[in-house]
Amino acid sequence: MFIVGELINGMFKDIARAIIDKNKSIVQKYAIEQIQFGADALDICLGPASKDPIVDMPWLVESIQEVTDKMLVLDSSRPKVIEAGLAVAKNPTMINSVTADQDKLEILVPLAKKFNSKLIGIAISQKGIPQNKDQRLELAAAIVSSCIEQDFSIQDLYLDPIVMPVNVAQTQILDILESIKEFKIISQPSPKTILGLSNVSQGACSRNLINRTFLTMALAFGLDAAILDPKDRDLIDAAITSELILNKQIYCDSFLDAYRKK
Amino acid sequence: MAAEMIEKWSGEVNEVLIGATKTEGGSRANVIKIGGQKTLPFLFPEAQIKNQPQIAYEVWDTAPLDWPKALSDVYGKVFSNPFAWAEKCVKEYKAQVLCLRLQSAHPESGNKTPEEAAKFVSQLLKIVDVPLIIIGCGDDPKDNLIMPAVSLAAKGERCLLGSAVQDNYKTLVASVLADGHNIIAESPIDINIAKQLNILISDMSLPLERIVINPTIGALGYGLEYAYSIMERARLAGLAGDKSVASPFICFVGQETWKTKESTITQKEMPGWGNELDRGIAWEVLTATALIQSGADIIVMRHPIAAEKIKKYISELMVG
Repeated sequence: MFIVGELINGMFKDIARAIIDKNKSIVQKYAIEQIQFGADALDICLGPASKDPIVDMPWLVESIQEVTDKMLVLDSSRPKVIEAGLAVAKNPTMINSVTADQDKLEILVPLAKKFNSKLIGIAISQKGIPQNKDQRLELAAAIVSSCIEQDFSIQDLYLDPIVMPVNVAQTQILDILESIKEFKIISQPSPKTILGLSNVSQGACSRNLINRTFLTMALAFGLDAAILDPKDRDLIDAAITSELILNKQIYCDSFLDAYRKK
Repeated sequence: MAAEMIEKWSGEVNEVLIGATKTEGGSRANVIKIGGQKTLPFLFPEAQIKNQPQIAYEVWDTAPLDWPKALSDVYGKVFSNPFAWAEKCVKEYKAQVLCLRLQSAHPESGNKTPEEAAKFVSQLLKIVDVPLIIIGCGDDPKDNLIMPAVSLAAKGERCLLGSAVQDNYKTLVASVLADGHNIIAESPIDINIAKQLNILISDMSLPLERIVINPTIGALGYGLEYAYSIMERARLAGLAGDKSVASPFICFVGQETWKTKESTITQKEMPGWGNELDRGIAWEVLTATALIQSGADIIVMRHPIAAEKIKKYISELMVG
């Protein structure tokens, strides 16, 4: 599984303070820690703390790539903010995210192509959050067809079925899981799939247990990547073990260590 | 026409260098490189094949008792003189690498001391200048005594030393680390143990780039398909990014071939089977070709005619 660390997010107090004070060392510490815990990429989200995202995003990108060459996942709803980050990025990048709206697709897909970036397509549109599996599939198909039309490599596209909290939309969770499988058959070669994992337990109790169980199930439905807290060791252990059960990793007695050595 | 499926692999086989020249702190005339592939064997449309499979000639430090006539006809005159045996392989058969078995240290087969083994290796290093693969006598307690001495005697020559097994690897790993060699990690046709052993060895700070896997093979008719599938599975996982199994393979083809009845029973005993020499050579060649197709990087061979045929086979495949 491709692990995107979620901890560099202005929603968190440490990061919010670091963005305001322009304190590189805090951000770099979060970057290094997440990588040590197994993150393959780092999500970078300014959140409400940033007063000037066009300036703050490139600052974050530059600060982080001083300490790592891992992929940076630029997380913003504003294309201009993403572009400002891409313009200074030396590391591989991923755009988080484009919705199924034509106007957004026409801006962000060319941007991904221009900067040779991967792209997260999220199954949502201006009409709102999809209410069932069919609506999710329709939105995902719209993203895939736009990417094909614009000659963007489908193997670089990560589709997110949009995860709802289990205490808000319990009836949708199975649909979300099944969507992961269905997204894979929209095109050949298949798009990849990704989840913002923590959403599933938003506002609920026993969050770590819910996250861990949901991730295990999502992997069984073919999930390729997840944005999550890599410092949750039980969560990562569960993911590694899921890949073992699914025959994606060869068993050995030290299978957890073996995975972490990769 | 069917579309050609081109796979882009994220991983690659670890490249291992065997032998060190004078400028590198050793005294070898050449260095052999194995591994480094970014695709399955000979799949040139997918990626460049960096290094070709190598043939190692097997040399013992004492006359083997169980080698059949087909082999004693070739090596009989030099069986009692391992230095002449090694020279014959290098000069006459143009061996690029030798695989030395220190059989005479075995408690039941000479019981030579660590000092004697070390002295022998030191002398051999002066007589031939090709890279060496050195394996012990197969008795774990004795190998734990002779291999550190041998490793020290060949310090800096970047040999490939064997064999580490799951229950006995620490002594050899420590020597290999101290003296700058590579290691053979041997598992009993078991992918899970092969992976585990690589993890255990790398936990002792020996880089994965210095490990060669001996997956243990069977000759044609004796589990060849099973060994093939294990090697194929490890290679696919390695190419998909699992570094813990992305090691090159060494396969002891000669050893497995020349103990089968198909390569040893005489024509007199089995008239319908034809000439035993041709049959034995064919058995060694067929076993080697199959394993080369499944990813073997070093083939340890015995009969020079079989080795010559495999050399030709590899060079034809490498044309692409």
